[in-house]
Amino acid sequence: MIAHFVSQFPILVVVVPLLTMPLVVLAHRAFAAWALYLACTWAVFAMACALFARVATHGPIDYAVGGWAPPFGIELVIDSFNAVVLLLVAGMAAINSIYARASLAREIEPERLYLVYALMLACLAGLIGITVTGDAFNLFVFLEISSLSSYALIAMGPKRRALLSSFQYLIMGTVGGTFLLIGVGLAYMMTGTLNMADLATRLPAVFDTRTCQAALAFIVVGLSLKAALFPAHIWLPNAYTYAPSSVTAFIAATSTKVAVYALIRFVFTVFGASYAFEQLPLNQVLLGLSAIAMIAASLAAIFQTDVKRLLAWSSVAQMGYIVTGFALASTAGLSASLVHIVNHGLIKGALFMAVGAMAWRTRTTSINDLAGLGRTMPFTSAAFVVGGLSLIGVPATAGFISKWALLSAILAAGHYLIAALVLIASLLAVIYVGKVVEALYFRPRDAEASNHDAGEAPLAMQIATWALIALNVAIGLHASPELTATGRAAHALIGGGA
Amino acid sequence: MTAFFTETVPGLFNYWVVIALMMIGFYTVIAHDNLVKKLIGLNVFQTSVFILYISMGTIRGATAPILMDGPAGDHAVYAHPLPQVLILTAIVVGVSTTALGLALIVRIHEAYGSIEEDDVLAADFATQDAEQAEEDERSRAAKAAEPHAPSGGDDGAEHEDDPRR
Repeated sequence: MIAHFVSQFPILVVVVPLLTMPLVVLAHRAFAAWALYLACTWAVFAMACALFARVATHGPIDYAVGGWAPPFGIELVIDSFNAVVLLLVAGMAAINSIYARASLAREIEPERLYLVYALMLACLAGLIGITVTGDAFNLFVFLEISSLSSYALIAMGPKRRALLSSFQYLIMGTVGGTFLLIGVGLAYMMTGTLNMADLATRLPAVFDTRTCQAALAFIVVGLSLKAALFPAHIWLPNAYTYAPSSVTAFIAATSTKVAVYALIRFVFTVFGASYAFEQLPLNQVLLGLSAIAMIAASLAAIFQTDVKRLLAWSSVAQMGYIVTGFALASTAGLSASLVHIVNHGLIKGALFMAVGAMAWRTRTTSINDLAGLGRTMPFTSAAFVVGGLSLIGVPATAGFISKWALLSAILAAGHYLIAALVLIASLLAVIYVGKVVEALYFRPRDAEASNHDAGEAPLAMQIATWALIALNVAIGLHASPELTATGRAAHALIGGGA
Repeated sequence: MTAFFTETVPGLFNYWVVIALMMIGFYTVIAHDNLVKKLIGLNVFQTSVFILYISMGTIRGATAPILMDGPAGDHAVYAHPLPQVLILTAIVVGVSTTALGLALIVRIHEAYGSIEEDDVLAADFATQDAEQAEEDERSRAAKAAEPHAPSGGDDGAEHEDDPRR
C-alpha cells in the first residue's frame, strides 16, 4: 500500500498543488488559504526529497501517466538532473510559504490574498511540471501554466507600474512560449513523436533537414526568452521590481532556472550536444550572448537606485554564468551550470527575501530609504550582507563554489577571455552589492523615517531568510554532496546526449 | 517550371499562409502602440501556429478523424487526429492569454487613463525620472553629509537629532 503510494510521487508533485489551488480559492479566508498553501508546499517538498533520495540510490524513475505506455502516453521522467531542479523548486516554495504570509499581508489587500496563494500554487505546479515531464508538448503546457500565473502574480504588485511590466512580460512570454510550440511542432512533423526519449532516438535520422535545424532554433530562442538570456531579458527587471516581494523571491529563485533547465534538456537530451554544438554553432552564439549578459547587466546593476531592480539586473548577469557553463558542452561546464542554477536560486531567494523584509518595515525598496537599517534591522541587514558575499563569490559561501566550478570548467576548455570576463563581472558585483551594504551600515538613518519604523521584520520572515542564508553557508563550507549530485547529473546528460 | 510551381505554391499553400500570418502577427506585436492591437497581433501570431499544426496532420482527400461504421469506414482515410488534439490545448492556452491580457489592459486603462503604450510608458518614465532625480539628490546629500557622520553617528540615539543636510 505504502509502496504503491510512493510510486505515484512523480505525478503527485504536480497534481497536489494543482488540486490544492481550487481548495485555496474555496477557503477564501486569508489565514485558511495560507495554511493550505503552507501544508501543500511542504508536502510537495517532502515528496521531492523522497524522489531525490530514490533517484540517487535507484537511478532514474519513469512514470507513465494514466497507465498509457510511452511513447504514446505522457511520460514523467525523473533522473539525476531534474531531481536536483525539482528539489530546488519545491524547497524554495516551502521556505517561501513561511515567508509569504507576513510579507503579502503588507502589500496586498486582505480580500485578495487567497488569490495570490492560489496563483502561487498554480505557478509551482507549472514549474514542477516542466521539471518532471518527459514529453515535449506537455512541457509547453506546463510552461504556459507557470507563465500565466506569474503574469497575474506580477500584476498584483502594489504600484501601478506592475501592470505594464506584467503586460510586457505577457507579450514576450507568449511569443517565447509560441516559439517553443513551433519548435516542438516542427520536431513532431519530422519524427511523429513528442516523447523526449523517443525524439532523441528518431531525430538523428533527420538532422540534415532544415526543418530539424529550424526546430532547434525556435526552441532555443523561445526558451531563452523565458530564461531572460541577454537580448531577451527586457521583461525581467521591471517584472521583478514591481511584483510583491514574496512573489519576486519565489519567481527569481525558480522560474528562470526552470526555463534554463528546459533549454539544457532540449539541447542535451533531445537534440544531443554533438548536433547543437558541433554541427550547428550554438555554443559560440550562447557564449557570446552570455558574455555580454555578464558584463552589460552587471554594469546596469551598478547604476540602479532601487535594490530590487539592482538584484534583478544582477539576475540577468547571473543567467550569463549559467548559460556559459553549459555552452562549454563539457561535463565540468554542465555540472558548473547546474551548481549555479541551484546556488543562484538560493542566493537570489535569500537576497530578495532580505530586501522584502526591509520593505516590510520601510515600505520602499530605494537604496536611500534603506540607509542606516544596519542599526535598526541588524539581523535582516546581516542576512543581506552574507547573501551579497555569496553573490560576489567570497569563499565559504555557495557563490564561491559555483564560481570556482565555472572558472575551472572555462579554463579547462581554454576560453581565457571568458574566464577574464567572469572575474570582471564578479568585481562589478562587489560594486553593486557594496553600494547597498554601504547604505545599510555606513549612512545614518533618516531622522523622520526612523521615528515610525524602528525594529525588525516579523520573525517568520527572518527565519525564512536565514534558512536560505544558512543553506548558502552550508553549501559553501561543505560542497561535496551538491557537487557529487550535479557531477552525476552532468555525466548522465553528456553520456545520454553523445 | 510547372512542377516547381505546383510543388512550391499550391502544394505548400498552407505553409505560405502560416508564414504570412506569423509575420503579420509578429509585426503587429512589435510595431503597434495600442495595447489591444498588440494583443490581437499576438492572437494572429498564435493562430498561424495552430494552422501549422493542423496542416501537418492533413492528408489530401482525407476525412475528419471520426469512426464510421460499414464498408465506407474501413477504407476511409483520416486526417491525423493528434495534432488537432494538441492544438485544442494550445487554443485554450491562447484564450487564457488573451483573457489575461485584456484584463490587464482594463486595469492599465483604469490606472493610466490610456491604452497607448507610448502614453503609459511616458507616464511611467515621468514618475521614474522624478524618482531617480530625487534618489540621486538624496545620494549626493548623503555623500556630502558623510564627513560629519562619524562625529554624530556613534550610536543610533545621537544621530537622530543630527541635522544631516
